[in-house]
Amino acid sequence: MVLIEARDLEKTYWDDGVVTPALRGVSFDIKKGEFVAIMGPSGSGKSTLLHLLGFLDRPTSGLYRFDGRAIDEHSDHDLAEVRNRKMGFVFQTFNLLPRATTLENVKLPLLYSGIPEKKWNHMAEEAIEAVGLTHRLHHESSQLSGGERQRVAIARALVLTPEIIFADEPTGNLDSKSGQAVMSILEKLNRTRGHTIVLITHETYTAEQAERILHLMDGELVKDEKVKARRTSDHFIK
Amino acid sequence: MVFRRALGTSWKGLNTHRTRSALTILGIVIGVTAIILIVSLGEGAQALILGEVQSIGAKTIAVVPGREPKGPSDFLSTFTDSLKQKDIDALSRTTNAPHISRIMPIVFGSQSASYGGETYRPTIYGATPLFADIYNIAPVEGRIFNDDEVRGYADVVIIGNKVAEELFGNEEALGKRIRIKEKSFRVIGVLGAAGQSLFLNFDTAAIVPYTTAQQYIFGIKYFHRIVVEADTEANVPATIEDVKATLRASHGIDNPEKDDFFLETQADAMETVGTITNVLTLFLAAVAAISLVVGGVGIMNIMLVSVTERTREIGLRKAVGAKDTDIMLQFLLEAVILTVLGGLAGIMLGAFFSFLISLVLGRTLAVNWEFVFPFGAAALGIAVAAVVGLVFGLYPARVASKKSPIEALRYE
Ligand SMILES: Nc1ncnc2c1ncn2[C@@H]1O[C@H](COP(=O)(O)OP(=O)(O)O)[C@@H](O)[C@H]1O
Ligand SMILES: [Mg+2]
Repeated sequence: MVLIEARDLEKTYWDDGVVTPALRGVSFDIKKGEFVAIMGPSGSGKSTLLHLLGFLDRPTSGLYRFDGRAIDEHSDHDLAEVRNRKMGFVFQTFNLLPRATTLENVKLPLLYSGIPEKKWNHMAEEAIEAVGLTHRLHHESSQLSGGERQRVAIARALVLTPEIIFADEPTGNLDSKSGQAVMSILEKLNRTRGHTIVLITHETYTAEQAERILHLMDGELVKDEKVKARRTSDHFIK
Repeated sequence: MVFRRALGTSWKGLNTHRTRSALTILGIVIGVTAIILIVSLGEGAQALILGEVQSIGAKTIAVVPGREPKGPSDFLSTFTDSLKQKDIDALSRTTNAPHISRIMPIVFGSQSASYGGETYRPTIYGATPLFADIYNIAPVEGRIFNDDEVRGYADVVIIGNKVAEELFGNEEALGKRIRIKEKSFRVIGVLGAAGQSLFLNFDTAAIVPYTTAQQYIFGIKYFHRIVVEADTEANVPATIEDVKATLRASHGIDNPEKDDFFLETQADAMETVGTITNVLTLFLAAVAAISLVVGGVGIMNIMLVSVTERTREIGLRKAVGAKDTDIMLQFLLEAVILTVLGGLAGIMLGAFFSFLISLVLGRTLAVNWEFVFPFGAAALGIAVAAVVGLVFGLYPARVASKKSPIEALRYE
């Protein structure tokens, strides 16, 4: 089942008269349940692509279909709803709310979901359990380590059991140990729960934990490869 | 439900930036404090003045010579000699004014009085024995003069507390003779300390029979006032008409425009006092309201800074599903919560200060200044504060809601 269909996707930024073609026509499909890594040097357009795929921005031209519907068919209001119910995001810089606890941070997407409030705590606690942070439920994010913060962010992405999780260099700000912990959580979510995962990284080591790697260079897709020998890091988390 | 959740979100947002929130609303706090203070003190002053006016008596009508002052320049014509003995005679006839129960002429003016080496300048009132009754005063020592003494141009005087103190010191005043304008008067009564009354201060008064005052002190044949009392309050309007008709006949006036006298009643005075204090209060409150607008601009300013600083938070919220309207509502509510809190703080501060001031005024002026909590102004203050929050929060909230999620997420 195809979840993502990208055809000749282009994105050009106009910034004070400076024209930056960040994506110059990219085409690929991603199936439901796939674990895909996007690699490429800095400035190659990885984040730009992720923003388009994650309905955070609209392409300059080209076709993008998510779960059977083209982005053009959605109003901004609809896009917000799709992001809320079908997509989860994990960023390099965690982006947690300041002075909010683990529980409060994970509940954030629920705030915009229309789900009755009485279910919130249960849903959030389940997501927090999945990333192994139950013992940090009422800690403020400032009291958590980097690795723990990123796991809070993953729980937040998970809480509405999305079709797909987009992660933009989630290990970029972490030491290798915490990075591995984060990766193994993502890998496990993909394997045991069937979440589709699109992961940006510039580390080959990290990318090789995915099933497939898309290589970007100067806004173009230069290589689309299957990972022959997938690395696992299952030993790392219980 | 949605609204309550948004309220919670906004509240948390404000709580995260507590110091800033407090500073932001300072302008609103001050503005509302000022409004409450002004309105409360205004109402207190009005109550006080009205109390004074009421103490004159609802059945009392004062006839004043001259044309009714309609503007500042008219005051010059106030002191005319139109009220004479024949007017009193005419008013006394029951066929003319059946509901008049009592009539009293008054003359007054300032004159120096002396005893031994001491001199003082009291306000001289020439009146009849009714004086004590109408103005509700009684001597602590001695007595009031009687009608015979009025008819006989008697040289007797009742002096106020302050006058006694200035002229006699610790010496006994009763029975002594003081000089007022070349004539010697025997002190037959001394008034107790009456305290400051707003219109008349009997502490500094010397009261003599009006006949004596006319003849020996002021050298006039007319009156400065004729005070008329109706038998009942209900008959005051009828009596007013009777007095006017009688005096017009007595003065040969057929065009009311040409009246050389006018009437003052308690109702008139209360209305005038009410109008003056209301206008004054309204004006001052309007000035205070301007400070609320200034406070509103301050809020807009700081909220714009806040929106820029929280770009990342806004981006995150949008990424996880917040719609433009959610963000808009969040920031708008933050502004309104802020201003309403500011309004509440202002109401409490304003009430506290006006209570303090009423205490101080009560002590220092020895007047019965009542603390009035202005519920109307408090409600208005909250409403205005909320509106200020809405109006000045609208633009920052819109700016926040229009941020694109990627701009927000890239923001460092
Ligand atoms: N909002 C933007 N405005 C202008 N230029 C941008 C914007 N976002 C990205 N770019 C430019 O587009 C190119 C691709 O950026 P990006 O997708 O962030 O690369 P990567 O994530 O691979 O490092 C870069 O040259 C970057 O400077
Ligand atoms: Mg990037």
